[in-house]
Amino acid sequence: MSDKPLAAVEYLKIPNDGEPYLEGYKCGDCSATFLGERSVCSKCGARDQMSAVTLPNTGKLYSYSIVYRSFPGIEVPYVSAIVDLDDGTAIKGNLINVDPDPDSISFDMPVEVVYADALGRKDADGNAYLSYFFQPAATA
Amino acid sequence: MTDAYIVGVDMIKFGRFPDKTVPQIGAQAALMALDDCGLTIQDMQALYCGNLGQASGMVGQRMLQEIGQTGIPVVNVANACATGATAFREAWASVKAGLYDCVLAVGVEQMGKGLLGGAGAKVGIPKEGLLGSGTMPAVFAEAGMEHARKYGTTFEQFAKVSVKNHHHSTLNPKAMYQIETPLDEVMNAEMISYPNTKLMCSVNVDGSAAAVICSEKKAKELGLMNRAIKVRASVLASDPWQERDLVMPDVNSCTRKAAAEAYEMAGVGPDDINLIELHDCFATAEILHYENLGICKDGEAGRLIDDGEVALGGRIPVNVSGGLLSKGHPLGATGIANIYEVSTHLRGEAGGRQVEGAKIGLTHVIGLGSACAIHVLEKAG
Repeated sequence: MSDKPLAAVEYLKIPNDGEPYLEGYKCGDCSATFLGERSVCSKCGARDQMSAVTLPNTGKLYSYSIVYRSFPGIEVPYVSAIVDLDDGTAIKGNLINVDPDPDSISFDMPVEVVYADALGRKDADGNAYLSYFFQPAATA
Repeated sequence: MTDAYIVGVDMIKFGRFPDKTVPQIGAQAALMALDDCGLTIQDMQALYCGNLGQASGMVGQRMLQEIGQTGIPVVNVANACATGATAFREAWASVKAGLYDCVLAVGVEQMGKGLLGGAGAKVGIPKEGLLGSGTMPAVFAEAGMEHARKYGTTFEQFAKVSVKNHHHSTLNPKAMYQIETPLDEVMNAEMISYPNTKLMCSVNVDGSAAAVICSEKKAKELGLMNRAIKVRASVLASDPWQERDLVMPDVNSCTRKAAAEAYEMAGVGPDDINLIELHDCFATAEILHYENLGICKDGEAGRLIDDGEVALGGRIPVNVSGGLLSKGHPLGATGIANIYEVSTHLRGEAGGRQVEGAKIGLTHVIGLGSACAIHVLEKAG
């Protein structure tokens, strides 16, 4: 069992010395960005033009649903959100620290990416995981 | 290339048949479609069989073990919710290509109850409810909310789709349900994934549908042109790259691409279509496809449902069968079931739900992943 939390998804990076971050891969030919490592671009088909980029921790809410019915053991309600990060990369996750009510959620609301324990979920070996969430951006 | 015609087509009444096997359920529709044109399994030169739940289970061959092992080639097809339509299209293509002149297409599914999507993790931890939701009601809710952000579409407008389709199904004896659901009942039903309530989600049912497809020459030889339906277009598209589609399956661009190609192949436009059976897997989805199929301009879908233009008796009736929302959605059967529905109207045999004077109809399905199939059908002669 790892003494440090593992990453919930492959595109979440946890450096030994530093803050966790999200990693994308950007095509050198057409500039499309993708979550996670890949070698071929599915937008333009270019090969071996991909390079890793650190994704921004801020973005805007593009679309969402408030989920009331999920699989057994999954706590509801929660907000399933599609976020456009500031560099244009689209990413899906839970929107937290907001009332699960359409009146409290607005399209294009600024959000920030926060990193926290994966809701207490552990794998078969007892490892804990670090995940990412979105929350309304702190107003300056 | 020859033209291809549907000469026999039918579906079973959708329901729940836990005591039957998948091949047995498929065999029922196959025999009904053969009876519809007076042919036998010995007349079929190939079978294209669509099923998703037992995609590795040789369903087509096992179905022939129920109704006649003639040794014909069998192709088993799986393509998400476009499975049945893809099987039909493969059958159509084999006739168009001149490989065969009389073939059978079958779609069949036996469903469990409950949520689809969001499968558990094989390694690591489950992601459902941690990284958003992969359940189908949520995914299609997010697609609907994209329309809401663009055009201000309301929860009530989405709900009206369900009122309409449930009303239509009261006129369809083969639908799973024949129950009116007033607007307040739809909106106050259990919320599954906002804005989709339980009554705005398609019904998981068992079902099957089948079609016999012939070349023009063969249909004439057999004297079957009288009730034949000409396949004027058959198009299949996968999802073209879109900026969000790897995290938010895009049912729009896939449908628009297929629709443009289908109208071109058929030599008709949206104004020529008299009825449509489209993929209302969730009420939110139907709204999107009014625009994707070009029956109104972008941003007008909400008005279309408000004004009743898409209801039976309206300008262009949509899902007069009751749709997936009330007729039911047996994944592998759905694509051929909607071809049955449109064919039945073109033949003038749809009884109380008949779209009067229907000459040309369109069917549409979309499977997430994604696959979109569109067929344009016309009464022969």
